[in-house]
Amino acid sequence: MGAESYEFEVKEMNEINGILAIWYREFKVFLREKSRIVASIVNPILWLLIFGGGLGATISITGINYQTFIYPGILIQAVLFSSIFFGVYIVWDRKIDFLKEVLVAPISRTSIFVGKIIGGATDSLIQSIILLSIGIIFGQLGIIPGLKFGAVAFILALLILLITTTSMVSIGLIIGSRMESPEGFQLITSFLLFPIFFLSGALFPINKLPAWLSALTFLDPLTYAVDALRNVLLGTSQFHLLFDLAIIITFSILVIIAGTFAFEKMKV
Amino acid sequence: MPIIETANLRKEYDKLVALDNLNLQVNEGEIFGLLGPNGAGKTTTLMTLTTLIKPTSGTAKVNGHDIVKNPSMVRKSIGIVFQDPSSDDILTGYENLKLHGMLYGMPVDLREERIKEVLNLVDLTDRKDERVKKYSGGMRRRLEIARGLMHRPKVLFLDEPTLGLDPQSRENIWQYIENLSGHGEMSIIITTHYMEEADRLCSRLAIIDRGKVVALDSPSNLKKIIGGEVVVLKIKNPVIDSFEKLDFVKNIELKNDLVYLTVLNAGANLQQILQVAGKVDSVEIHSPTLNDVFLHFTGREIREDSTEGGWGQRVMNLRSKK
Repeated sequence: MGAESYEFEVKEMNEINGILAIWYREFKVFLREKSRIVASIVNPILWLLIFGGGLGATISITGINYQTFIYPGILIQAVLFSSIFFGVYIVWDRKIDFLKEVLVAPISRTSIFVGKIIGGATDSLIQSIILLSIGIIFGQLGIIPGLKFGAVAFILALLILLITTTSMVSIGLIIGSRMESPEGFQLITSFLLFPIFFLSGALFPINKLPAWLSALTFLDPLTYAVDALRNVLLGTSQFHLLFDLAIIITFSILVIIAGTFAFEKMKV
Repeated sequence: MPIIETANLRKEYDKLVALDNLNLQVNEGEIFGLLGPNGAGKTTTLMTLTTLIKPTSGTAKVNGHDIVKNPSMVRKSIGIVFQDPSSDDILTGYENLKLHGMLYGMPVDLREERIKEVLNLVDLTDRKDERVKKYSGGMRRRLEIARGLMHRPKVLFLDEPTLGLDPQSRENIWQYIENLSGHGEMSIIITTHYMEEADRLCSRLAIIDRGKVVALDSPSNLKKIIGGEVVVLKIKNPVIDSFEKLDFVKNIELKNDLVYLTVLNAGANLQQILQVAGKVDSVEIHSPTLNDVFLHFTGREIREDSTEGGWGQRVMNLRSKK
């Protein structure tokens, strides 16, 4: 058995295997947590129908039905919440000591981080596909009047949501990598989630705001994701699509880099 | 060449010294035990050797690789079973093993072959598709041992492998460990605070206290250090001074109302001991166990009561006698 025990040589390829391993596990967990999947679909629909329907009964925005107007914003909201919340899983991994098993394996921490991002992005991708499909159906049925988009818009929207998700999963993981308890994680993220969400213009147009509020919305990276999505799905926007994309891609790269550092410094 | 060699390994947390320039060597193919009270630094030693925490100073070599300079090579050489369960309980036993194989870059066919092999070894083949959530404590430990073995590490670390298990599971796990070491290719490091476990499994062991190795030898040699039989007297408010005058009493330890005397020819000298002791509730004579060795080297109670002499001095005395 002696020498034969080492017939498999661990090579650089192992980093890719490691990323796949982490992804495999995250995906299995996702599939088994049915309530999480259901909540990630039902909550946005409630926002759209109840909040959108309630406010939409009295308001319309520049000729667009209010529910239609916030639909892109609700998509971003759905992805924002599930992506940042994904960071809690690293806290759980630490709590159940599974993190040790991963950290003692011969793969780099960057690979662990990348595997986690792909895991979180997969969850959001599935969620986005379902919500976009529901959007098409609601549009067709006239539940959300005037919502009409084709296959190209569908793909582009998915791409924008995916870029958004990578940055938000990274932020969640950065916070999670420093937290000992899920409660602490929830406290910190709720402080972060609501300003990011409300300032993004998901629920109102950002072109008629007072100066101070306007300045804050420009600082929110999510503003550009909402704007891009509105551009693609409704054909109305504040900025040029390429400008929006440049900002969200740059932001995504920056937080991914920050995240790899955070994982490098992470304690067991 | 030793498979593990530490050089002044030191770990400090704020003001607490968890490892105090620890030096030890583990030989290839042996089962080496780290024995010590809770908080002695056993787990810290393991975490440092497995690269999960970085030493404050000093270093160690595992399978020839430096834990500070080359942690990834160290990680490729080792397997570890943690003290607390570290499998994912939402996954099945099989899935946990598959995940492990992926993390260690095993090719698919080899991975599947090894999964079968290790599941068989720990008798979990029938339960492999159940979620770990449904496993008993013993099953879960067996699964994690299987997982630690799957990539056939050169060194296997077992942190309190039978902690909290029922006697039957404990016996099973001891047998697995004995079988594993039978081939002599894998070195196994065990931390434990069960004397029985250390005595049964380990070819050599280090007694660790406050981050230092206070004794290191085979269990039988460690017991010889005691150098006599052990007489345990139960006395209310014992007075140690009177025993110190007896020249056949080599060592005295006090633990609550129990007096542990290391005595030459205990049978012949018992009469005299009892005379000195006065009123005694009970007497017991036995040949030294690791428990006695442990008490001898770490004797916490005596140090805390700060009874004159102190354990440190006694160790020194003992060494000079030897």
